[in-house]
Amino acid sequence: MIEDLFGYPPFSLKAAQKKPLFLEALTAVTQHHIANCPEYSKFAKAFCDPSNLTAVEDFPFLPVTVFKTNKLTSVNESAVIKILKSSGTTGQTPSAIYLDKLTSERQTKALAHIVQDFIGKERLPTIFVDTKAVFKDKESFSARGAGVLGFATFGKNHFYLLDEDMNMDIEGLLEFAEKYKNEPNLIFGFTYLVWLYLYKELTAKNIKLDLSNAILVHSGGWKKLIEQSVDNGTFKAHLKEQLSIKHVYNFYGMAEQVGSVFMECEEGNFHTSVFSDILIRDPANWQILPHGTQGIIEILSVLPHSYPGHILLTEDFGTIMGEDTCPCGRYGKYFRVAGRIPKAELRGCSDTAAV
Amino acid sequence: MDSTSKLKQVFADSLGLPLEQITDDLKYHSLPEWDSIAHMSLVAAIDDTFSITLSTDDVINLSSFAAAKEILTKYGVNF
Repeated sequence: MIEDLFGYPPFSLKAAQKKPLFLEALTAVTQHHIANCPEYSKFAKAFCDPSNLTAVEDFPFLPVTVFKTNKLTSVNESAVIKILKSSGTTGQTPSAIYLDKLTSERQTKALAHIVQDFIGKERLPTIFVDTKAVFKDKESFSARGAGVLGFATFGKNHFYLLDEDMNMDIEGLLEFAEKYKNEPNLIFGFTYLVWLYLYKELTAKNIKLDLSNAILVHSGGWKKLIEQSVDNGTFKAHLKEQLSIKHVYNFYGMAEQVGSVFMECEEGNFHTSVFSDILIRDPANWQILPHGTQGIIEILSVLPHSYPGHILLTEDFGTIMGEDTCPCGRYGKYFRVAGRIPKAELRGCSDTAAV
Repeated sequence: MDSTSKLKQVFADSLGLPLEQITDDLKYHSLPEWDSIAHMSLVAAIDDTFSITLSTDDVINLSSFAAAKEILTKYGVNF
């Protein structure tokens, strides 16, 4: 079942092998949520016949925004160990995701499996382009806190670049860079913070660093950067020029599905793993679109146990580029993300799939 | 100090618990004191105290005091 998927390297299964395993796990997760979350059960039964699901395309999908307006859980309140709050764009209500021990452990483990494929099995000295203050409230985390905590597992000798007031510890950074210049090290941060502090602030201060042994992993969306005309290529080029960082991995993920992240490979494609899948739907009629055609991204993950967030319709446009054939050698579907759906077009999806 | 006492002390200090609460069946997430944030401090303190670097998998599998002892034996620590 779900635990079986942890027995495979995350990018080792071709479609024919993955399909039955993933379908079995997804069916089990869906049945669990139908049995334990009354709101989800009502929704699922209105959507389809849950006893007769034979393909991932047929499973009911919830709009990701549903967690902003509804408290949805599939476990007893006493089992909840932490609440994850999505950062939420300014002016929007954040989502609240309720996590139990099992879900939290699955998330940590899956994230480790996936990221190890890119950075190796050793724990590396790590710079967090963030502040320890993301952990201030122990019961309630932001997406940033969850990200930092997840990556802390791969790290050692953690160094937090920012203080509580978001001031940079330049001295500490220089010390870190000097100390670990000859061994692999890790930098983790949210895309915009990496750009703002590690690139813009350092450039403004005229500080050039040799971080040529660093692997940078970042996530969190491009909205603010696109406004400044910074795309993925520009981002990578500038970090290389200023800090000699050669290995940069972006990942696509969200607070509503922590753990089963989609890492961007060396070819610039995001990858599904054994824990996840992706579908592209036509915004006009919700039909599945073929590979190569842009539509709305639906993400599937077998990890969520305490909340019914295993199949979500995102607010992003994207395109599946292929399956099992990415030149990087990893199996699974690989895709590109084009960006957010303009607000006006969103109405249709919440109307169709409202709980 | 023998390894068990040393490890108990590390647990007590990192989790902010009295020594007598550190027993083999003390489990990750079973008390509010041993949450994922305390886990990071605990791992760092184990690394330092025993001069080792736990692997990522061992950080994840370190789910009880008993498991910690078992993991540490792989790194040459005798209990």
